Amino acid sequence: MSIVSASLNPTQAKSNQGLVMSLAFTSGFIIMSVELLGGRILAPYFGSSIYVWGSIISIFMVALSTGYLIGGRLSLANPNLAKYGSFFILAAVALLPIVFFSNFMMESVFTRVEDPRYGSLIASTLLFFVPTAILGIIAPYSVRLMVENAGHSGQVAGGLYFISTLGSALGTLLTSFYLVLWFEMNSIVITMIMVLFIAGTLAVWAGKRPGQ
Amino acid sequence: MSKLMIIAIGLISLYGACGNLQADKVIHKEKSLYRNIEVKEARGRRCLVFTVKRRTSRQSCINLDRPKEVVFPYTKMTFAALLLQDRPARILIVGLGGGTLPKTLNQLYPDAAIDVVEIDSAVYRVAQQFFDFEEPEQMKVSITDARVFIKRAQIRKESYDLIILDAFTGEYIPEHLMTQEFLKEVKSLLTETGVVVANTFSTSKLYDYESVTYTSVFGNFFNFKLPVTGNRVIITGPQPLPSGKALMSRARRLANRLAPYYINIEDFPRYMATTADWDQSVEPMTDQYAPANLLRR
Repeated sequence: MSIVSASLNPTQAKSNQGLVMSLAFTSGFIIMSVELLGGRILAPYFGSSIYVWGSIISIFMVALSTGYLIGGRLSLANPNLAKYGSFFILAAVALLPIVFFSNFMMESVFTRVEDPRYGSLIASTLLFFVPTAILGIIAPYSVRLMVENAGHSGQVAGGLYFISTLGSALGTLLTSFYLVLWFEMNSIVITMIMVLFIAGTLAVWAGKRPGQ
Repeated sequence: MSKLMIIAIGLISLYGACGNLQADKVIHKEKSLYRNIEVKEARGRRCLVFTVKRRTSRQSCINLDRPKEVVFPYTKMTFAALLLQDRPARILIVGLGGGTLPKTLNQLYPDAAIDVVEIDSAVYRVAQQFFDFEEPEQMKVSITDARVFIKRAQIRKESYDLIILDAFTGEYIPEHLMTQEFLKEVKSLLTETGVVVANTFSTSKLYDYESVTYTSVFGNFFNFKLPVTGNRVIITGPQPLPSGKALMSRARRLANRLAPYYINIEDFPRYMATTADWDQSVEPMTDQYAPANLLRR
């Protein structure tokens, strides 16, 4: 919290650390939950064969790596909680097309591309690249918000990887074991969108509190 | 002493078990992208088996001495569709297996154009190598996902008089081939007098969900179960279902043609029910909600 909140009292700084940690967890959870649902979303148009998973996983990887790069870059210029929160809100908005336009988008890819391998690759790019890249920004940015000095930066990064990857594991497990059994896919994605929106608002609000 | 006895009994029973296993001679084994495939031979039958660690399911068998015989009850049951549509000019079969269905239908209707969709190219090779599966001019096998094939066929404005859905291996269910949207796509490919026949599940929660899903798309259907098997076959189409009498008279006409395949079609009509014996309160499965594999446990 050092530079962001140099003037902050220690307890408030601690609570912001907790906030960043739980938000990193949330983003990890949602990334994998959406990735898993991706297979189901694409199946009606491109099947559920191994290449569909290949498309989804590679697009998620490329999107995340792009997000990491952008996030690292953005963390250089006056990093603060309010900006951090806005990434969550942006990610929420970027997920909306999955709910409202996915059939339309897949339909137009399907009619133009015969080969289901490239069809699914293009469709996953259209549907998942932007939201996943935005969620990727969050990881390096979280590190920047929590690092107070170079000496413990590795430990902070380790803690953040731990919590967000744990979130990913839980997102994968809960989605595949239970969420698809209890809810419709769109309901799950809409809930994710709302959670991201609330998480973002919370961070923006925390960042704008007097004294920050 | 007693310990020795236990060991001895154990060894004897182990030997017995091995003896049983040896009765099935494995003549071919391969791992495909989707499953483990085995071809086994025992007591004059050659079977295509999809193996998982504990469960194996026989997909298709041929009788080596009577090559025309349709061996499996559920495969025989599929022919009940002919009671609703006995002059199919265009046929679509989803799921190749050992190729019994396309082979037999081609013999019965040599002029009919038959499209077969199979996702696993290894199954196709095995059918050709070990089950005498041939592709005459009227037949075309496509190695692709059935949902993708059917969507493409829709764009090409294709239509079929008979669509056979036989894509369920017993272990993993392709969930996108079970939804309301999929069945609507199937329905849109049927001619006015077309018939769809599906080999489906007769146990677990899935029975209810699947029945409700079919009803939501086709309305009434024949719910065909034979007492000897655990299978259930759904037969329906856009036309109103024929009466029991009409079925019987069709069966009598078909009986002679189907006899060489050991299909006793005259036994079928009385097991083709139209009353709902499932829980009708469940929701149909959709592309949004189709946890078929979880419901089946």
